[in-house]
Amino acid sequence: MAVITMREAISQALWEEMERDERVFIMGEEVGVWGGSYAVTKGFYDHFGPKRVRDTPIAEGVIVGAANGAAMAGLRPVAELMTVNFAFLAMDQIVNHSAKLHSMFGGQFALPLVIRTVGGAGRQLGATHSQTPDVVFAHFPGLKVVAPGTPADAKGLLKSAIRSDDPVMFIEHATLYQLRGEVPEGQILEPIGVSKIQRQGEDITIITYSKMLQTSLLAADQLAKEGIEAEVVDLRTLRPLDLKPVLESFKRTNRAVIVEEGWQSYGLGAEVAARLYEQAFDYADAPIRRVAQKEVPLPYNRTLEQLALPQVEDVVRAVRGVL
Amino acid sequence: MAEVVSMPKLGFDMAEGRLVRWVKSEGETVRKGEVLVEIETDKATVEVEAAVSGTVRKHLVNEGTSVPVGTPIAVLGDPEESLDLESLGAAPRASSPETAVAPSRPGAAAEPSQPALILPSPEPAAGQVKASPLARRLAAERGLDLAAIAGSGPGGRVVKRDIQAALQDTPPGSGPVGETERIPVSKLRGLIGRRMTQAKQQVPHFYLTAEIDAGRLMALRQEWNALQPEGHKASVNDFVVKAAALALRQFPNLNASLEGQEIVRHGQVNVGVAVALEEGLLTVVCRDADRKSIRLISDEVREMIARARQGKVRPDDIQGSTFSVSNLGMFDIDHFIAIVNPPEAAILAIGSVRLEPVVEEGQVVIGQRMKVTLSADHRVTDGAEGARWLQVLRGCLENPLQLIL
Repeated sequence: MAVITMREAISQALWEEMERDERVFIMGEEVGVWGGSYAVTKGFYDHFGPKRVRDTPIAEGVIVGAANGAAMAGLRPVAELMTVNFAFLAMDQIVNHSAKLHSMFGGQFALPLVIRTVGGAGRQLGATHSQTPDVVFAHFPGLKVVAPGTPADAKGLLKSAIRSDDPVMFIEHATLYQLRGEVPEGQILEPIGVSKIQRQGEDITIITYSKMLQTSLLAADQLAKEGIEAEVVDLRTLRPLDLKPVLESFKRTNRAVIVEEGWQSYGLGAEVAARLYEQAFDYADAPIRRVAQKEVPLPYNRTLEQLALPQVEDVVRAVRGVL
Repeated sequence: MAEVVSMPKLGFDMAEGRLVRWVKSEGETVRKGEVLVEIETDKATVEVEAAVSGTVRKHLVNEGTSVPVGTPIAVLGDPEESLDLESLGAAPRASSPETAVAPSRPGAAAEPSQPALILPSPEPAAGQVKASPLARRLAAERGLDLAAIAGSGPGGRVVKRDIQAALQDTPPGSGPVGETERIPVSKLRGLIGRRMTQAKQQVPHFYLTAEIDAGRLMALRQEWNALQPEGHKASVNDFVVKAAALALRQFPNLNASLEGQEIVRHGQVNVGVAVALEEGLLTVVCRDADRKSIRLISDEVREMIARARQGKVRPDDIQGSTFSVSNLGMFDIDHFIAIVNPPEAAILAIGSVRLEPVVEEGQVVIGQRMKVTLSADHRVTDGAEGARWLQVLRGCLENPLQLIL
């Protein structure tokens, strides 16, 4: 199996799906001639041409609005928003149109749209360009929200997103593009809405996704040296949320820590913990703990930025705190 | 001016205290320094003195009630003045006080940092069993009484492993040999358990044993005690306390505590003496033992031990030790190994003084030997340093005249 970066995996998925289905096209800022701000679409413009790799004005509402229209008209747009922070400019299009058109038109339209965007913190991009608001989008019924934590999942999930007839927010973590991992060649499709156990263990269940999957796996390695075996469940999709493997794991370990990069208040941890208490109360042997970003606009200063973000030690400490 | 008396903090880890007895009733006058009330902490019952003179105007907490540290328990004042409990901040509260929430600044979006991950849980109120949902279910399924199971989780919470342990303890079939008893872990027992578990798990111990020629020490003690009035005789342990204190003065790393990234070398040498009680163990503290005479050490320690056995220790009796001595010599013990008593860096375990055949100038003669074992925190000190300390200790005990000079 080839070991490639997440950037290459995403690029492969786009390329293969564009080769496979001529209705698939890309639009966004700098995606064409420049090859993408994160170089994901390098070479696409020359190969597929300006009609299928379209540079747009710096106008996020226009990008998603036009993509909504194209999807309603039968195309399968992959609209790229340079960062998820700019998705707020397109919020009306995303939450009032993408998420609701299918239902409000009584099923007359499908909306086979992918909004690819870059999220996450840790690159000293300042408070307004370093957010992890993934759960904000997962709040809205009608959207699927996918955020992969490994190169193989990035490829398999993006291909599934492009083939999905529903609007999908596909959030790639900015610090994971260089992450390397084994990726099967060719047709791999990972199902949207299926969580995956990335590491097996009997002592505690760590629930996480995206960048924090990598942080949690490092924490699990450290805990293993102390004889604590953590099971790490990667949600991969925030909506629809698949808690089946989480519940099965929790019923064995009786303890859980939820790790997310975004802020704790009203976050993923709150949602997952509430569902565990609702559905597996009698299996809890300790309070469920949450690890998340400090409740501040993220500092630019590197030391402060790292202090505000969840680190391996934070996960280790949280796990020790409930054992 | 009325003064509010609050539940005192009688130890760094005390979260709440139980009011055992009001020594001064409402309406009685109390002078500053007089005992006002008896408080039971995790460790012991402590007599708490009034910090000001006045009349006890009101008891805010009844005898037998536990309240968190800082809760108002009484009001002292002038018998004539009118009392406004509300404005004193001493109005009786319906329930336990909530943690005060700082008012947020208007317009400030940022919130203060999140609460620490691991909050100390308060002890459960009497009659209420703290148990995890899983433990409750397992206990119900297996017909176990949760109240009879000692919880090993935070704040004494009964968790799965406690249920499993209880199931394993259940005897297979009733034997005629005697009834199995289940005794709830007392506060002191629980505290010892937590502290010792923490010490054994977190402090990397090393151990050094030395044999000391106690012949001259025993002879000197006999001479010394012949001169002391009844009730003031010194024990071997008093000499060891003094010797240890003098040796510690030369080795600041053994009279130290690890605090985060720093080693705190204590300015005072306060030697704790472990005292066995019926319900457990506590350490009384002889302050500045390096600067006190054997006579003073002996009298102080004797009085503190007496108070401890009566359950009437004072806060100062049990706080602030920088090193400990544990002596099982009276139980005919060769030698033993003690667990370091955090935050101290070391503890000395004393065995019995024995008559033994020893070689002196090529002849086998009868000697008196005492084995001591130093347990020390390897994060603070090393074996070589511990060994040098033992050499100095040995020097003091084998030439004991310097202990009384």
